[in-house]
Amino acid sequence: MTDTTDQPLAPVARASRFLAAEARWSWLEIAFWIAAFGLAFVFRSNHLLFAEIAILALFAVSLDLILGYAGIVSLGHAAFFGLGAYTVGIMARSGWGDPLTGLVAAGVTAGILGFLTSFLVLRGSDLTRLMITLGVASLLHETANKLDWLTGGADGLQGMMVGPVLGHFSFDLYGTTAYVYALSVLFVVVLGLRVLVHSPFGHALRAIRDNPLRARAIGIPVSRRLIAAYTLAAVIAGFAGALLAQTSAFASLDVLEFHRSADVMLVLVIGGSGRLYGGILGAIVFRLAQDGIANITPQYWQFWIGLGLVALVLLGRDRLEIVGRRLVGRVLPWLVGEEKAR
Amino acid sequence: MTLALETRGLMKSFGGLIATNDVSLQLPKGARHALIGPNGAGKTTLINLLTGVLTPTSGEILLDGGDIGSLGVEQRVRLGLTRTFQINQLFPDLTPIETVALAVSERQGRGGDWWRRVGTKGAVLDELIEVLDRFDLTDRMTEQTRFLPYGKQRLLEIAVALATKPRVLLLDEPAAGVPEGERDEILEAVAELPKDVTVVLIEHDMDLVFRFAERISVLVAGAVLTEGTVEEIKADPRVKAVYLGEGEA
Repeated sequence: MTDTTDQPLAPVARASRFLAAEARWSWLEIAFWIAAFGLAFVFRSNHLLFAEIAILALFAVSLDLILGYAGIVSLGHAAFFGLGAYTVGIMARSGWGDPLTGLVAAGVTAGILGFLTSFLVLRGSDLTRLMITLGVASLLHETANKLDWLTGGADGLQGMMVGPVLGHFSFDLYGTTAYVYALSVLFVVVLGLRVLVHSPFGHALRAIRDNPLRARAIGIPVSRRLIAAYTLAAVIAGFAGALLAQTSAFASLDVLEFHRSADVMLVLVIGGSGRLYGGILGAIVFRLAQDGIANITPQYWQFWIGLGLVALVLLGRDRLEIVGRRLVGRVLPWLVGEEKAR
Repeated sequence: MTLALETRGLMKSFGGLIATNDVSLQLPKGARHALIGPNGAGKTTLINLLTGVLTPTSGEILLDGGDIGSLGVEQRVRLGLTRTFQINQLFPDLTPIETVALAVSERQGRGGDWWRRVGTKGAVLDELIEVLDRFDLTDRMTEQTRFLPYGKQRLLEIAVALATKPRVLLLDEPAAGVPEGERDEILEAVAELPKDVTVVLIEHDMDLVFRFAERISVLVAGAVLTEGTVEEIKADPRVKAVYLGEGEA
């Protein structure tokens, strides 16, 4: 972030340095991933919860790509999540239980649906987009309900046989394999998206979000970029749905329900959109709060989540973030034993 | 001689209202041409027709002799017809580096690259610095655009358009809203645009027009009232009547 060397550097070098700094790994990021993978060795009884968080995070990261970066609002992102879940579910029931190939297949089917429906969200206002995405998800939900010979209808897909990951790691009762598997997929996706958001393509998405009129006027093919982003987001959401079905060995209409689309939007609101890690942070806060509050008052957890959201919006995330950053800035160097003054 | 930009009998009507009425312009390469006219004369409609936001009811638009009338906005940009905006249309969260890099990457055909970071292509970097340097923006190129003074934003507005390497550049009131102290910098930048770029200036400000333009077209009620050199237009009583008679700001 800082390029405050006062020596006169050539502009090209300064620009190059600035752009490199924008994309550099931060200590916080590295620490996060080490901690996340480290969790695989401790708190065994919570691994199923952690796996759920990783999956929700992946789903939220996918929504962030279209909402936070490309500026496409969606209330139907569960369509791709659900399609991914049913894809691996149906494959596993028919005898193809290998997780990784199933994951890829789920990404492909969700991606195809994403590509086809992307043309519907190209034009129109935010409201139009909300209605269209909502409609597509409802259509899919109803289709899955009607095709009960294929999807099990309201009873869900019974009898999924999910094989071991990479032919070695079977899914265990504690959910350790599930967690490491889901976290690894999340990690690989984030690695890819880190590159993407700092690429010319990623910058073009931000430009389109901020000012589509000007983006077009400097030669950015807006439609083409949005189709690509929407399709990619669908693929990632398909991965997330597949992970859920594989780690729980079950898929039901619940994966296509409206609340999934709404929850993931909340997650992004909590964590902050357009920042890649917002979805992950939001998923952690959302799921832990849900779990923690549900333990205290099982019936009213939604009330507290709602109250928290109102507080967040009123106070403003920026303010909370400044406090958070300061705290981390003090605590982290102390933990790592690093006396680097900022 | 091929003309850089030509329109033939351009018409646009919205229902019964004729916003552009039989406009025929002929701009040779490297021309410095001004389009003036009172409010409601159809300047905005004409720009939208030229850039592809609107489709003409009839008539032709030719860029370097080729018909571009059926092409979309970004295709015309790719062929070399770019505009700036009267009210800044920038990307507030992006820095000038990133903003100009967008245009340069897109023009070099690298805008879809998702697998590499912006700034890893030397060709893009060199060209982007060249553009920023021309508009004296390198000092503050790493700040988000929304923090730049208005005059600098105005310069960036032109810089990003020039980064698309246009053959024809439409400048829509480049000095609009710029405080007196920062005005000269804009005028200078406009005066120093590359000679091979054909520039169309859409302006209210007569000082700027008389200083900068070689030829002027006067637009009234959607039609070209007259066209001529600066001296001819200055001396034309009809132009005076249009401007004085209608109490133009």
